[in-house]
Amino acid sequence: MITAEQKPIREIINYVSPYNRILLVGCNECVTVCAAGGQKEVGILASVLKLNFLKQGKILEINEITLQRQCDPEFIEQLSPHLDRADAILSLACGCGVQTIASRYKDKIVFPAVNTKFMGASESQGIWAERCQGCGDCMLGITGGICPVARCSKHLLNGPCGGTSNGKCEIDSDVDCAWTLIWDRLKALGMEDRYEEIIEAKDWRPAGGGGPRKIIRKDLVL
Amino acid sequence: MKTQSRLEKILSSGAIAVTSECGPPRGALPEKVKEKAELLRHHVDAINVTDNQTAMVRMSSFAAAVIIKQIGLDPVLQMVTRDRNRIAMQSDVIGAYSHGINTMLCLSGDHPKFGDHPMAKGVFDLDSVQLIQTIKKMRNEGKLQGDSDIEAPPKMFIGAAANPFADPFELRVMRLAKKIKAGADFIQTQCIFNLDKFEKWMAGVTDRGLDKKVHILAGITPMKSAGMARYMKNKVPGMDVPENIIKRLESVKKEKQAQEGINIAVESINRLKQVPGIHGFHIMAIEWEKKVPEIVEKAGLYPRPEI
Repeated sequence: MITAEQKPIREIINYVSPYNRILLVGCNECVTVCAAGGQKEVGILASVLKLNFLKQGKILEINEITLQRQCDPEFIEQLSPHLDRADAILSLACGCGVQTIASRYKDKIVFPAVNTKFMGASESQGIWAERCQGCGDCMLGITGGICPVARCSKHLLNGPCGGTSNGKCEIDSDVDCAWTLIWDRLKALGMEDRYEEIIEAKDWRPAGGGGPRKIIRKDLVL
Repeated sequence: MKTQSRLEKILSSGAIAVTSECGPPRGALPEKVKEKAELLRHHVDAINVTDNQTAMVRMSSFAAAVIIKQIGLDPVLQMVTRDRNRIAMQSDVIGAYSHGINTMLCLSGDHPKFGDHPMAKGVFDLDSVQLIQTIKKMRNEGKLQGDSDIEAPPKMFIGAAANPFADPFELRVMRLAKKIKAGADFIQTQCIFNLDKFEKWMAGVTDRGLDKKVHILAGITPMKSAGMARYMKNKVPGMDVPENIIKRLESVKKEKQAQEGINIAVESINRLKQVPGIHGFHIMAIEWEKKVPEIVEKAGLYPRPEI
């Protein structure tokens, strides 16, 4: 899923301070799972903002709404009835959600309340870690199910580099060395020989090097 | 001969090669490059020119290598894949070769985190293995990585690094094999302080006959002090400094520690000369180039062969 973290409250306050009526929009998908922008976080952020401005003698009107998905135009339509009563929109969705709102309501300013982080998986309760960079040409089938693009700090496709120590990356002893993980998996699978097969230089076009990416499924297009 | 490289000629003759390195200055100081290189003139066969080592901005390795070439010495152009994509790297290889530079060392490079621009985006369009493949393709097939033809292709003698001390140890011979398969002609190893472990690695290398396919130059770094030894043990990634080295340096007075460091370096060379598959030494005297002649002479590697 896409992970996110709420922005520092000062930054959010700076965004909304010129306005009196805010439409605060959460999303029920990824940001709900990683506890950054679901219905619960919408409620908490609304209280914090109201309280902050109340201390300055300003009554901030906040309309809270959490959509099923902010990255889908169909769900975004649900915001239309609320827009007349809002000077600005504050979105707790990932960057995809913020941009879907911005492209639908061109004359209404929208601010992000979270920093979108990465595509990751949950390692344990409250911990998410990066697992995929969306390179568009998945190589997990030849790397034992561990991704060197997302998990090696140098994206080495023929690692490990000379900085590995006790299975950890040279940049941080809390970061696993992706190539040690790959090697351990290849051993467990009895596929050690695969290590010596050179992985050729990657074509980065599907990874975004070819410009913004798009999927068009003709069978689904109306 | 694959190339015009002096290092290739020395290694092919069966002589023990000696290389050293010269870190370019942090500023537009061509005289500094010349000074450092002059210290090495009569005692080494080629001089590595590091490429923004430890991810700190310095004079480019290409520019410093040209300066060294211009004073009649032989640079080994180090190139890391951290800072440039395949377009820039291939263009630099063609440019360097146009200035008569014919020997290279292909590396991935230290992560930007360790340098003076930790906020920089590491490029890593290629990794070191793919850079080796690219330079070999340019030389042997006269083609760029993207398959276009090159008019007058650069013929580089291709070096790669090996660190037998990084984990997992069991993978380190295979990793060397991979670099040889990619096209490495010679290898310069990480600084060797743990000789027992290095010899174990070399046994794995010779068992597979890899020493017949590549020239291995053993990396030697003289310690200036016990403090430096401790720092390298604790702070430098992928470095294996055994406790007995630190103890030995500590056992002599502070002002004698540098000399003890040189003694250790010379002893290491003499021991490693006996190890099958070692074809030379790469002496990395970090900001201490002036001591290289002494080490080379004491290790019986002087005079250098005329080629």
